[in-house]
Amino acid sequence: MDKPQAIVIGAGFTGVAVAYDLAQRGMKVTVLERGPLVNGTSGRTHGLLHSGARYAVDDQESAIECIDENLILRKIIPQVIEPNGGLFVALNESDMAYREAFIKGCADCHISIEELTPRQALSLEPNLNPKLITAFKVPDGTFDPLRLAMGFAASANALGAEIHLFCEVQDFILDGMGNVKGVKYLDRSSNQIKKINADIVINAAGVWAGEVAGHAGNIDLPIKPTPGVMVAYDQRLCQRVINRLNEPGDGDIIVPQRKMITVGTTSFEADNLDYIPVFDDQVQLMFERGCELIPAIKHTKERGAFMASRPLLDSGTKGRSLTRTFKCFDHKESDNVDGLVTITGGKATTMRLMAEKTVDLVCQKLGMRVPCQTAEIPIHSYRKFHLAHNQEVA
Amino acid sequence: MTQTWHVTYEIFRKKGDQSTHYDRFEMKVDPDEYVLDGIERIWAFHDRSLVFSHACHHSTCGACGMVVNGVEKLTCITPIRSVTKDGGVIRVQPMRNFPVISDLSVDMTVFYQRMESVGHQPVVSVGFEDSKGKLDSEDDLLRLSDCIECGLCISACPIALTTPAYLGPAVLAGAQQSGDLNPCVLELVDSENGAWRCHSAYECTEVCPSHVDPAWRIMDLRKKLVARRIKKFFGVK
Ligand SMILES: Cc1cc2nc3c(=O)[nH]c(=O)nc-3n(C[C@H](O)[C@H](O)[C@H](O)COP(=O)(O)OP(=O)(O)OC[C@H]3O[C@@H](n4cnc5c(N)ncnc54)[C@H](O)[C@@H]3O)c2cc1C
Ligand code: SF4
Ligand code: FES
Repeated sequence: MDKPQAIVIGAGFTGVAVAYDLAQRGMKVTVLERGPLVNGTSGRTHGLLHSGARYAVDDQESAIECIDENLILRKIIPQVIEPNGGLFVALNESDMAYREAFIKGCADCHISIEELTPRQALSLEPNLNPKLITAFKVPDGTFDPLRLAMGFAASANALGAEIHLFCEVQDFILDGMGNVKGVKYLDRSSNQIKKINADIVINAAGVWAGEVAGHAGNIDLPIKPTPGVMVAYDQRLCQRVINRLNEPGDGDIIVPQRKMITVGTTSFEADNLDYIPVFDDQVQLMFERGCELIPAIKHTKERGAFMASRPLLDSGTKGRSLTRTFKCFDHKESDNVDGLVTITGGKATTMRLMAEKTVDLVCQKLGMRVPCQTAEIPIHSYRKFHLAHNQEVA
Repeated sequence: MTQTWHVTYEIFRKKGDQSTHYDRFEMKVDPDEYVLDGIERIWAFHDRSLVFSHACHHSTCGACGMVVNGVEKLTCITPIRSVTKDGGVIRVQPMRNFPVISDLSVDMTVFYQRMESVGHQPVVSVGFEDSKGKLDSEDDLLRLSDCIECGLCISACPIALTTPAYLGPAVLAGAQQSGDLNPCVLELVDSENGAWRCHSAYECTEVCPSHVDPAWRIMDLRKKLVARRIKKFFGVK
């Protein structure tokens, strides 16, 4: 039998991880991405390889997924990770009131933590606010967003997957019953409309997933973009990720990367999906919150400020999701449209797991019984990523 | 918004085999915005066919290199204020010395392959490059290395312009950074299209946005190559 043809729409973290897993399980894979690799939310993330500790009190399911996947990514793609761990730091009584719940939450989610005296914390991270009351070591890390995606894309390439950049899906090819049989897309580098048929289409278009699914007709997947701002400063003022020991809030994470640090983030609702401005008051808030944890930010040059948008699904959505931590829909079940699966939400840290669950569903739909292996196999060097052959230029 | 400027973006366009040209876009901008913000807005609100590359928007991925008013820039951290004035022009071209995919995007495949061949280390110990290649063996903390593989140095290099076979500054700097001059790497760098082709124009170090100082690294690599030759001449192993 010929290999089934799968099309993945979107080359964010989710799309490249899905492409790799599909190829690993023996499918012929074509990825269509309307821009360059990870130009959407994925490229612009904070870069925190979550230990899960941030969610250990309020959202233990996410926390457990994070710690499990954190350990897997460290193993399979160390080439893009700063594995130095992180600290949760308490600066006042409100932070201290969170301490007990934090210790218990981390224990519940098998996240290994270690409490440090202020002196110990300051000897590890001399730029921390000297007024800190307590600190916990956690297994956080930092990743390079583009290279994380390139690595998965390179591994997909090695298994024959073709990744077409600058190809915007504009419509689906439907059969007489409204089922999806392929896609029509605009190749933006040549300005030509092209078509591909497929046995299954996976919509991994992030915040744009609702817009894309809408091309299949009667599918209603309302997604509210909830962006956040991040601000990069021009000095590596810490070696580990610095978190505020408290409920997740604005500007409570500082992520070191290369020779800089990035403070983030916020959360608000936006209307336009394609361009979200960076607001000055939010940049100022990051600065103030960052200075509470690392006062030396005050004297450090700002290097850049940027935004990314979380794909938050409206709670009234009718489809049933496979999991609570990310959304994976079989549109056959939710809308009686066969041949189309949508995956959105989640985190960069859990990209591999999201792909595993999605491809499990795809295999089940296509009657294939192939186990997922992506947790065991090292990812190829990110530098082996290449464009689809017909896109190569002389 | 603190201030509003009126500027004209002049953008290089190339689609398939069609002839190339520039498109002009009159834009209202905040001078403290970055050049890339304006380009993204042109795509979002004026011309959906514009092709350009970007990912991280904070100088860690190296995707957004372009030639801005004649000079190689990482557009995501280049404030508009630093390249033009109110009422002025921002001419944006794709990087030189790379094949153009379309408009402002270039194909980096060969460049990435070369970085791979010379063994450039994507992750190094924290103290490593601050001391220009001296390794602090006590240090078990790691960080992503300085070179973000943006290609700006190759775009700016006058020698790369004369021959695509020249490995180029980032690749030679990558060999120096890796320090592992095994026979395969030596064959590449100790050759006509390797370290000896550089004419010390220092354009690379001038445009590098990420503290790499490729020109210094090429000179250091040459010293190491000469030292090896001398050792070999005297039969020292
Ligand atoms: C502010 C912020 C900070 C974050 N920080 C972290 C963090 O530190 N750690 C972490 O683990 N997670 C983090 N996340 C979460 C994480 O970034 C996202 O969950 C993840 O990037 C989502 O990836 P995605 O592939 O689903 O979406 P996207 O990256 O948005 O990918 C969707 C892709 O689809 C493409 N597309 C859209 N329409 C079409 C079309 N018609 N045809 C073809 N292609 C199309 C888009 O161009 C885009 O590339 C953060 C999120 C936000 C908002
Ligand atoms: S050496 Fe500098 S300019 Fe050249 S690719 Fe690396 S970061 Fe870019
Ligand atoms: S977009 Fe990543 S370096 Fe500019």
